[in-house]
Amino acid sequence: MPSAFLLASALAILFAVLLSLYRVISGPTIIDRIIGANVIGTKTIAVIVLTGQLFGRVEFFIDVALLYALINFIGTLALARYFERKGVLAERKQATG
Amino acid sequence: MTSLGFGLIACGVFFFFTGAIGLIRFPDLYTRMHAAGKCDTLGGFLVLTGLACLGGLTLASLKIVMVALFVLITSPTATHAIARAAKRNDIAWWTRGDQR
Repeated sequence: MPSAFLLASALAILFAVLLSLYRVISGPTIIDRIIGANVIGTKTIAVIVLTGQLFGRVEFFIDVALLYALINFIGTLALARYFERKGVLAERKQATG
Repeated sequence: MTSLGFGLIACGVFFFFTGAIGLIRFPDLYTRMHAAGKCDTLGGFLVLTGLACLGGLTLASLKIVMVALFVLITSPTATHAIARAAKRNDIAWWTRGDQR
């Protein structure tokens, strides 16, 4: 029963990731895509730790999850700071038409 | 302790789902950010805390709690940075009557 519950919740979170992926693919602006990627990253942390609990090896998987949290945060901050410069999005819009 | 962990994980999955539905249903960027930022922060925190409850009092669960606190701090920060980027780029918001 416990492992079935964990598996079900991991699959449910993966389905939510699929829903968020829609926003990453079809987001009207770049900022929408960044939000979608950030959301997927947070969900992935939860899925990694759930997988560790399923396999009974949390102590290994938790380090991976910690690293993933760090990379997700820094990557999102870097993208946000880059697109914060005024005009980057307008230049892109002109370039792509 | 085990049932508490299961309850917390179920609540976290519910919040993840709500956030994902809001992310695809809301009309403009700022409302999507409203759904995604808060639901994701709380969902991640609840799922990780529930898993720490399942594991009992070990070093691994202490690390899980640390990751949960990290998510609790960094997720709003990232959302705030993204919101500022959107504001500086003058992205228009949705008003009633606009095309969805």
